[in-house]
Amino acid sequence: MELVKVTIDGITVEVPSTFTVIEAAAKAGIRIPQLCYHPELTKEGACRVCVCEIEGAKGLPAACVFPVRDGLVVHTNTPKVRATRKAVVELLLANHPQDCLFCQKNNDCELQSIAADLGIREVPYQGEKRKAEKDLSNPSLVRDPNKCILCGRCIRACHERQGLDIYGYINRGFKTVVGPAFGFGLGDVPCTYCGQCAAVCPTAAICEKDDTERVFAALGDPKKYTIVQTAPAVRVALGEALGLPAGEIVTGKMVAALRRLGFDKVFDTNFSADLTIMEEGSEFLERVTKGGVLPMITSCSPGWINFIELKYPDLLPHLSTAKSPQGMFGALTKTYWPEKNGMAVEDIYSVSIMPCTAKKSECVRPQLQSNPGLPDVDAVLTTRELARMIKSAGIDFKSLPEEEYDSPLGTSTGAGVIFGVTGGVMEAAIRTVHFLLTKQEIPGIVFTPVRGMEGIKEAQVVVPINGQDVTVKLAVAHTLRNAKILMDKIRAGQADYHFIEIMACPGGCIGGGGQPQPVNAEIRAARTAATYTADERNVLRQSHNNPEIQALYKDWLGAPLGEKSHHLLHTHYGKQERKL
Amino acid sequence: MAEAIKIDSVPNYSDLPFYSKQRRMVLHNCGTIDPDSLEEYIANGGYEGLANAITKMTPAEVAAEVKKSGLRGRGGGGFPTGLKWEIAAKSVSDKKYIICNADEGDPGAFMDRSLLEGDPHAILEGMAIGAYAIGADEGYIYCRAEYPLAIARLKKAIAQAEEAGLLGKNIFGTNFSCTLHIKEGAGAFVCGEETALMASIEGRRGMPRPRPPFPAVKGLWDQPSNINNVETFANVSYILRVGADEYLKFGTEKSKGTKVFALTGKINNTGLAEVPMGITMREIIFDIGGGILDNRKFKAVQIGGPSGGCMPESLLDTSIDYDSLIAAGAMMGSGGLVVMDESTCMVDVAKFFLTFTQSESCGKCTPCREGTKRMLEILEKITDGKGEDGDIERLENLAQAIKNGALCALGQTAPNPVLSTLRYFRDEYEAHIKEKRCPAGACTNLLQYNITDACKGCGLCARNCPAKAISGELKSVHKIDQSKCIKCGVCMSKCPFKAIIRK
Repeated sequence: MELVKVTIDGITVEVPSTFTVIEAAAKAGIRIPQLCYHPELTKEGACRVCVCEIEGAKGLPAACVFPVRDGLVVHTNTPKVRATRKAVVELLLANHPQDCLFCQKNNDCELQSIAADLGIREVPYQGEKRKAEKDLSNPSLVRDPNKCILCGRCIRACHERQGLDIYGYINRGFKTVVGPAFGFGLGDVPCTYCGQCAAVCPTAAICEKDDTERVFAALGDPKKYTIVQTAPAVRVALGEALGLPAGEIVTGKMVAALRRLGFDKVFDTNFSADLTIMEEGSEFLERVTKGGVLPMITSCSPGWINFIELKYPDLLPHLSTAKSPQGMFGALTKTYWPEKNGMAVEDIYSVSIMPCTAKKSECVRPQLQSNPGLPDVDAVLTTRELARMIKSAGIDFKSLPEEEYDSPLGTSTGAGVIFGVTGGVMEAAIRTVHFLLTKQEIPGIVFTPVRGMEGIKEAQVVVPINGQDVTVKLAVAHTLRNAKILMDKIRAGQADYHFIEIMACPGGCIGGGGQPQPVNAEIRAARTAATYTADERNVLRQSHNNPEIQALYKDWLGAPLGEKSHHLLHTHYGKQERKL
Repeated sequence: MAEAIKIDSVPNYSDLPFYSKQRRMVLHNCGTIDPDSLEEYIANGGYEGLANAITKMTPAEVAAEVKKSGLRGRGGGGFPTGLKWEIAAKSVSDKKYIICNADEGDPGAFMDRSLLEGDPHAILEGMAIGAYAIGADEGYIYCRAEYPLAIARLKKAIAQAEEAGLLGKNIFGTNFSCTLHIKEGAGAFVCGEETALMASIEGRRGMPRPRPPFPAVKGLWDQPSNINNVETFANVSYILRVGADEYLKFGTEKSKGTKVFALTGKINNTGLAEVPMGITMREIIFDIGGGILDNRKFKAVQIGGPSGGCMPESLLDTSIDYDSLIAAGAMMGSGGLVVMDESTCMVDVAKFFLTFTQSESCGKCTPCREGTKRMLEILEKITDGKGEDGDIERLENLAQAIKNGALCALGQTAPNPVLSTLRYFRDEYEAHIKEKRCPAGACTNLLQYNITDACKGCGLCARNCPAKAISGELKSVHKIDQSKCIKCGVCMSKCPFKAIIRK
C-alpha cells in the first residue's frame, strides 16, 4: 500500500494514500467532529461539521471526503474553521426540537455531544422548524423526522448494508426530509425492521420503539409472574452501554441486574438455541434423507424472515419451520412452565432481551401464539432498553456480583451462545448433525470454515447419509444485501447448497439493530471474540449434550419433530403485503 | 419585370442600435437559418469545424487550438475550456463521456434555449469536436424538459447528423465515432451543477457530491467525463471553423470572444444580445438596451443570476469580462442581465434571489439548506418592518459560513445577492431596519396610507375599503385604522380629492 505524509495541525503522520483527511487526523490523534460520516458507509461530505482548512484548496473542504496526498497540510482548529463548524451546528439546532432532557437519546446523541464540544450556548436563530408527524406505523422502530439532521446515514446503511432502499431524500430546500417514499411509514413499505438505520442514526430520529414502561408496569404488578430470557448476543454487548469496554462478557452481572429489576425467573435464550438445533438439525436430516426442499435456510433472524416474506415469498418452502430461539422459549414460558408449576397462563408475563429491533415484530406474529389470543412473548426489549432500565432502577451495574441463571431452562451449551455471531447457527448445527449421523462428536469440537466476517461463506462437510458418504454443501450469509445474492442464486437454480444460514445484520446478532451505539467493525470484532470465548469457557459445547434439553425431551416434549414439538416449536410463513 | 419595392421604413440590422454594437458569432445562425435543415447549417459553414478537427488535427491539437483561443466556460465559472479538455484527455480509460449542460435555470435567462432551438447542429458539432479532443465516443445533452422545442429540434438534428455520417460510427470515414443522447431533466436548478447533473443522468436524485474526484477523472458512471455548457460548445464549433487566431481578435486579454446576455427588466429593448467581451455595462444597457423604461432612473443591474450580484450606477463603466465582474462582487454567470430602476427595492431583490436558491437547494449540506433559510427569514423580517439591530451582522455572518462551508457552487454563491446589495446599497437595508421605511416604496408592509386635511368627507374611500379600515363622519376628515389596513391602495385610487397619501 502506498503511504503518504500528511501534516495536520503541525503533526506529520504517514497514512495510506486511500485515506481521507478525517482518517489521517485520527491517526494524528485529532478527532474531527463528524455527523454524516460513518466509518463503514460511503462518505458524503454532507453535514459540513468536519470542515477544515487545507492549504491550496478552495473554501473549507469537508475532511471526511478530502483525499490525502503527499505533503498535504491541514489545519483543523483555526478561528475560521471553528466559526464555520459552530455556525453549522447552530443551524442544525435551529431546526431541531432542542428537547434533549426528554429525549430517548439524551446523553447518547452525537449532535448533543458535538454541540457541547463546540461550546454552543445559544442558538442565534428563532425561525421556522420542521413539523412532521412521528412514524408509529410498526412495532419495532419509531421515526421522529423533527429530530432528523438529514445526514443520510440511514439511507446509506439501508442501501449499502441491506440492499434495500427504504429511505431517501424527499423535497428540496428547507422542506427536504429523509423518509420512505410518498411520506409512508416504515410499516407501509417493505422494511424488515432490522434496525440498521437506528444503529447508525446520530440523533433520536430513528429509535427502537421503547417498551421499558410496559415492562416496568408488569414488574410492578403483583399478579404477574415475570419470566425473562436473554439472547446470546446481549451478554457480550450490554456492558458497553453501562460503562464497560467492548468485548466484556457480562452474563453474570446481567442475570443479577434482571433479578434486581424484579424478574421472577431469569432464563437463557441460549437454552432454546440448543433446542432450536435439536429441532432444526433433525428437520435438516429429515429433508436430506427423505427428499425435502433444499437448500434449507435458517429461520432465527426476524429481519431475514420479514425480508424473505416481503421479497422472496416464492422461496418460503426453503425456510426451516423451526421457530426462532425467542419463539421456542416464548412457547415454553406459556405452556411448559405454567403446566409444570400449576400456574394460570394469563398470569405469566414473558419478556425477552434481544439485540434486535425486528424481534419486536416477531413477537406479535399471530402464528407464534401457543394459546389463542395470548402472545408467547409479551414484550421484547433491545439491549439498549435493558441498559436504560438498569440505569433507571439505580443499579450500579459494574459492582454487581455474578449470578447464575434459574433452572431448568437456564443451562445452555457453547453451541447456543455462538448463535449470536454469523456462522454460529451453522456451526452449532454441524456439531449436532455430525453426532446424530456418526454418533461421534466432530473432531476438535469447532467447525471454523463458517467463521469470520466475509459476507458470504461457503463450506462443506462429508457425512454418512443413508449409508453413503455425502458432501453436504453449506453457505452462510450476513446482511440482507448478501442474502439477496444467495436468494437470486436459488431462484436461478444455481445454488446447490444443502443448508444456508442467514442473519440480517452485519456480523450476525452481535451487530444487531438493538445493540449499544456506536458500533463499528472493531466493536463487532470484540463482541465476536467474546462470544467465542464464552463458547470455549462452557464445558458443554454441543446442543445435544445439554442435560436440561435432554430432560425436557424426556419428561415433556417427546422427540424432536414429534407431535408436541410440531405444535409448539415449529411455525409457518406467508407472503407479506405492504402498500409499497 | 416588376419594379423593386422601395421600403424606406425597414432599416438594416446594422442600423438598429440594438444590433449595431453586437457581434453575433455564436448567434449568427439563430433566426437566419431553418434550424430543422442540416443543409442550411452546412451552407453556412456548419460541420467545417468538425471536419477540420478530425481529418486534419490530432486530439491534442484540437484541445491546444481551443486553449489558444482563450475560450472560457460560458456556464458561469469561466474555467478555460482547452485546459479542461486537456485534463480530461489525460485520464486513461476505455470509456469517456462528453456532456452538454443544457439545464439553463437562472431566472430570466434564455441564451441556451435560443441556441438549442435556433442552431441545434452548432451544439452537436461542438460536442463531437470535444469528444474527439478528450477521447470520448459517447455523449449526453442534459436538457430541461421545460424546453420541449429545444428537445424536438435536438432529436431531429441528431437523426439528421447520424444519417449524414456527421455523428455515429466512423465520422467522415475516420476511426472516430461519437453517439449522442438526450437526457431530459425535470427542472431542478441544482442539476446545472456538474456532479448533480451526472447523478441525474444516472437516474439518481440530482445532488452534488464533493470534488475531488473531479469529473475529468471520475464522472458519469465513474468514467472520465467532460461537461461544457451549450454556449461553450457553440463557440467551439466557431473556433474550429475560423481558427483560434481569428477568434482571438475579440475580447479582452483574459476573456476572449463574445458573450450572449439575456437582457431583461426595466429596459426599453429586451432580448438576447451577443457582445464582445470588454464592452461596458453602460453600453449594453443604454446603447443596446436603449435605456431605462419610462425614462426612470437607473438603479442597478443584476448579473449572474442567483449566484451573481447587483452592480450600482458607479460600476456601469466596468468592463464585461470574467475577472472584472468577480472584482465587482458579481460574476458572469450564464448571462442573465436584469436591469432595475428606482422603484426596485434592493432588499426585496436579495430576498427574491434567496427565495429561489433556498427552494432550489438540494437539501444535502447544512449551510445551504438551513443557512439560506435563516438568511431568508431575516430578510423577510426586514422587509416586513420588523428588522432590528444586529440583523445585518447576522446576515453577514451567515453569508460567510455558507460561502465557506457549503458543499457545491450553488450553496457557496447563494449569499452573493445579499452580500452585493449590502456592499452597494447598505443604506437601503438600514432605512428598512432603523426607519422602517422602504426607499423604493416597494415593500408593502412598510407603506402607510394616511388621509390629509384635503379630505371632504365624501365616504367613498370607506365604502371601497375591503378591510373596513376607514372610518369618519360624513363631511368630516376620515381616518385609517393602521392596524386594519392591508395596504391595498384602493382608497387612494378612489379618492376624488387626492386626499390620501402613501409614504
